[in-house]
Formats: sequence, structure tokens, C-alpha cells
Amino acid sequence: MSMLDIKNLQVKADGKDILKGIDLHVNAGEVHAIMGPNGSGKSTLARALSGHPEYEVTGGSITYDGKDLLEMDPDERAREGVFMAFQYPVEIAGVNNSYFLKAALNAKRKHHGLAELDAMEFMQLVTEKSTLLEIDKSMLQRAVNEGFSGGEKKRNEIFQMALLEPKLAILDETDSGLDIDALKLVAGGVNAMRAPDRAFIVVTHYQRLLTYIVPDFVHVLSGGKIVKSGGKELALELEAKGYGWIDAA
Amino acid sequence: MFPGSLSPVTPVQETSKDKYMTQVAEKPAVFGNALEKRPTGGPRWLDDLRGRGAAKFAALGIPTVRDEDWRFTNVSALGTIDFAAAGPISGAAERLNGYAYTDAPLRLVIVNGKFDTTLSRTKGLPSGVVAGSLAVALKDHADVVQRYFGQLADFTSRSFDALNTAFVQDGAFIHLPDGAVLDTPIHVIFVSGAEGASVMAHPRTLVVAGANAQATVIESYIGVKGETYFTNAVSEVFVGENAGVDHYKVQQESLEAFHVASLHVHTSRSSRFSSHSFALGGKTVRNDALAILDGEGGDCTLNGLYLADRERMIDNHTTIDHAKPHCGSHEVYKGILGGTARAIFNGKIIVRQDAQKTDAKQTNRALLLTDGATINTKPQLEIFADDVKCTHGAAIGQLDEDAIFYLRARGLNYAEARDMLIHAFAGQVLDGVRVQPLRDALEVELFDQLAKDLAEVDARKA
Repeated sequence: MSMLDIKNLQVKADGKDILKGIDLHVNAGEVHAIMGPNGSGKSTLARALSGHPEYEVTGGSITYDGKDLLEMDPDERAREGVFMAFQYPVEIAGVNNSYFLKAALNAKRKHHGLAELDAMEFMQLVTEKSTLLEIDKSMLQRAVNEGFSGGEKKRNEIFQMALLEPKLAILDETDSGLDIDALKLVAGGVNAMRAPDRAFIVVTHYQRLLTYIVPDFVHVLSGGKIVKSGGKELALELEAKGYGWIDAA
Repeated sequence: MFPGSLSPVTPVQETSKDKYMTQVAEKPAVFGNALEKRPTGGPRWLDDLRGRGAAKFAALGIPTVRDEDWRFTNVSALGTIDFAAAGPISGAAERLNGYAYTDAPLRLVIVNGKFDTTLSRTKGLPSGVVAGSLAVALKDHADVVQRYFGQLADFTSRSFDALNTAFVQDGAFIHLPDGAVLDTPIHVIFVSGAEGASVMAHPRTLVVAGANAQATVIESYIGVKGETYFTNAVSEVFVGENAGVDHYKVQQESLEAFHVASLHVHTSRSSRFSSHSFALGGKTVRNDALAILDGEGGDCTLNGLYLADRERMIDNHTTIDHAKPHCGSHEVYKGILGGTARAIFNGKIIVRQDAQKTDAKQTNRALLLTDGATINTKPQLEIFADDVKCTHGAAIGQLDEDAIFYLRARGLNYAEARDMLIHAFAGQVLDGVRVQPLRDALEVELFDQLAKDLAEVDARKA
């Protein structure tokens, strides 16, 4: 079943054309890896999908779950099941992590006509989801991402994903800067969520992540276009040869 | 032990006095008639003090924007209104309704500067603790009052302290003998204003906490919506050795009122003082908080949160004077401004030569909700000791767009995301309030007012 259909997507950021015609089709249940050298437009694609106001879509279309994604505000996209794990999660002083998560979860539930969770139900859910990612209770009582280590921030992103149970999850370089233990935790969190009705787009610079999250498809982005697509073996090829041969091709 | 015995800090103060002197001629004579009719009576030393205050105010006049400490704060309008001394007003009891924590079990109610015995509640005070009218204390506790009164409020260079001194008559007096611990907060409520008249009040508060004593004092300033009046308050707080005083100021004056107030604090060895100031009302507001840390190992917190919208103006000037070694001071002032409101923050920290191992931290942040709102902010560090830690930081701006996007990316709509960030911003100061019913009332009041401000911002955008 088609989850996401991107056609000829063109995106401008900071006055520059970054994406110059992306075509990508993602079905439910699939994991797509987006790889490519620095500056190729990987993160721009992730942010454009999430509706970041600084990324202006100048052409093309994105159909998500049968709807025009570009017509939706960022928060509506989120409530409709699009989730982006931030490359650089934002620190929010004074907002308690647990309070924030509950508000996010209930915003989504309300949108789907479900009753809001009370404090008890919420804590039950949190306890269930936090074990897998080794999120300890003190992290929930701190301000969102404030004073978190790099690894804690990324784990917190995946923890949010586990709570919000998106249909389409976009991971924007979630592996960057993680040590191997944190990487395994994050990958474990993602793998536990793989499901026939859920799709993942994993943006990464390093093949390393893909040994833990094995993708169905790998796409190589260069100069704002997808220049090569293949199966999981493409990632290994990139690891062996580097990105140089892509640009030359 | 009194600051009067301390040597002057810097020559700067001297020059600023000179500057006042040279400007005397340019300043209009105001409150002239009122000054002539100023109150009399009480002990002789007080009458003498009033006379000196009046003479000094006549010389100093109302500060103008040429005075460094009033550069951005134009209070010249004060001179254009013929404020009269307020007589008794009817319906004072009703005037207490609807303001934060006015139903406190221990309360001193001061109506237009005069202590109101009927409205005040002082039952259940521990023996030896005095809380009541200053006028009464001038008779019943003359020795304590005379020893402390006017020791901190410097009327020789501070115009409004001089004006207040000239009009001293009544106010609140709180005295805790050595070792007295008061668990229940004392709420001093200043009700100002009168129907159909422009009145002024010069209330005075004196708090003396003896060694090892402990107390919480709340000062609230309230006034009826739409009334124009002038509150000119002076408070002096003495914190004895190893004593602790938590001070709260809740300013909910009428939105047409002038509010000028100074809080003077003197701390002793190993004492703790905290001040939490919430400025929600008033049209033209000036708050001064001045603390002298005059004993080793003392700790002082000065926190503040102010809200202003429309064309309102609020000025906070703080001074923390580290006079002795090993003292810590912590200061967080935050403001939220809408409309074409203006705010001023000036945070002075003095570390005297002897005050080694001082640890002073000052933070000042303002959130501007509209393009028309402005703030002038200035940290002022005067450090004469060499082994000290002093930090200050100021941040002014709009809400963090990255944070808003992050929250929206998790499903909160724009208004929800914005409200969450604003509440978090204010919450940091609110969380310092340890009197739960006061905290609850302030939270409701603050967020109601913010909701109105934000609705106005949205309406203008739409």
C-alpha cells in the first residue's frame, strides 16, 4: 500500500535550490535509507517532509496516505502520523519532558477523536516504552533535551517516536555522533517498531547504522537528486568505495 | 553593623549627587502644597526626619531623564497631576476582593497609607512577635523603630525616598525577636486609590528579624481598575545573624496608577534573604530593590517577573552590594512585554574590596511579544575584590522559532506551542514561590493576563 509518493520535488533553502527534482515512492512496511555526501540534500528532504518553515517547496508534489502533504501545517502532519527524529533536537528550557510528551500524545489523540490519557494511563505507557530505550525516570522530569548528552537527546527522539507511534517515521542522521552502545539502543528501538502498516525513511551519512537497521531500499542523493537506488547491498558498496564514484558517474 | 557606618563605595555616587545639585534649578517645584501640609506628630526625631526629607525632596525634585538612574524612565507626568493626601475611603473591604491571596490568615491592611485595624488579622502570632501598625509601633516599640527606621532608605540622594520620608505617618511594622520562627506568612496589603480623586499614598514598611529568626513577608499593592493614584512606598528589611526572610512583592495596581517603590535590605552574618517580585499592574512603575550583604556567609536572592502591555512602562533597578566575604547572590529577572510597553532593567552588583569569595550571578531575560515593545537593559558590575565569581547575562528577544517548530513537529499547534514556551519562561520565577496559595493565585492571574495579551497579538496579526 502506498504511504508516500514524492514527485519531482524541488526545495529551496536560504535562497538556494537544494532539491532539484526528487522522486521517491515508499510503501507501508518498508524501510528506505537515504545516503549521500555532505550537502547533497538529505536533511533538506527530511525537513521538507516535516514542514520546516525555512524550507520552501518550489515545485513537485508529496502525497502522504492519499492526502496532499504540502497543504498541511507541520503540526497537522505530526498529528496525521508523520514523525521526524531531529538531527539536532532542540533544548526547551523550563518545559518538563514528561509534560511535553503528554501534551504531544494528547494533541494527536484528540485529533483522531480519542480520549486524552490521564496521568495514570500516561505513566503506564511511558514505563512500557522507556524500558527498551533505557530512558530513566529522571530524564522525564528534566526540561526537554536541556543538558542532555548527545546520546540522550537521540534516545529521547526515538522514545518520542515510540510513544507517538507514527505511520511514517523520518530519522534525520539519528546515528551521527552516537557511540556504538547508543547506536544499538536507537536501532533496537526502531527495529521494535517495524510493522506492516509503518514506513521509515532513514537519512544517514554512514553505512554503520544500516547493519543494525537493515533497509529494504537504499537511495543515493547527490546534488539534490537521487542518482542511484538499490537494495541493502548498495550501502555496502558505498561503504567500500566512498561517495566519489557517484559524483563521477 | 549598619550600612551608615560603611564607607562610600565609589566616587561615582558622589558625582551623581553633584549632578542632582546642579539640576535643582531646572526641576519644577511639585507637591509643594502637599509638602507644606505634610503630616506631623509622633516622636520628635520623626518630625525632624520628615522635615529633612521634605527639604531634600524640594531640592532634588522629581528625577528627569537627565538623571542616569532615570534615563529611560520618564516620570514627569507625576508633576502634572495634583495628587491629594487621601482621606478615609468607604468600601475598603470590597477593594480586597479578586487579588492574589488577600484572604491570608495573617494580614496587615494599609489603606492609602494608613493601617486599617478592622481589616487586619493578627491573631495567632507567636508571643514576642509584633505585626501591626507602624504608627502604633512608634509608641509601643519606640526603641526598635528608632533604632532601625530610616537606616537604609537614603533620602539624601534618592528623590522618592525623600518624598516618602517627608510624608511618613503609618504603614506596617513587623518585628521578630531572636529565635522567633513564624510559619505562617504575613501578608501586608496596600490598598490605594479613591473614587473620583487623584490621591497619593506614601506607605512605609519596617521588618526587623532578630538573630536566628525566620519569617515570610508578602507585600501586595492593589488598586481598583481605572483609578489614577500614586503609590510611593518604601520598605526596609533587616535580616539578623543566621536569620532567614523570604520576601514577596505582588504589584497589582490599577492600570492607570503610578507606582514607585524601593525595597532596602540589610543582611547580617550567615543570613538568608530572598525576594520575589511580581509586577502585573500599574501604568508607570519603578521598582528599586537594594540589598547590602553586610555579614560574612550571607545569601541573597532577588528574583522578578514583570508583565506589561499597552503603553505601560515598568522599570526595575536592583543593587546588590557585597560588603563582606563569602556571600552569594542570585538574581533572575524576567519580563514579558506586549503592545508598545517599555521596560527597563538595571542590575548593579558591587563587590567591595573586602568581599573576597563573593559568588554573584545575575540573569535578565525579556520576551517581546510585539514589534512595538521595547526594553533597555544594563548590567552594572563594580568589582573591587580580586577573588570573586561574578557572572551576568542578558537575553532579549522573541520566542525561539526552533523551539516552536520542534513542538509543532510533535503535534502541538502554533498557539499551544507558543503558550507552552511562554508559560515555561514565566514558570522559572513562579516556581520560586514557596507559599502555595500565593503561587496558585499568581499563576492564574499571570496566565489570564497573558492569555489576554496573546489574544490581542493574534487579533492584530489576523
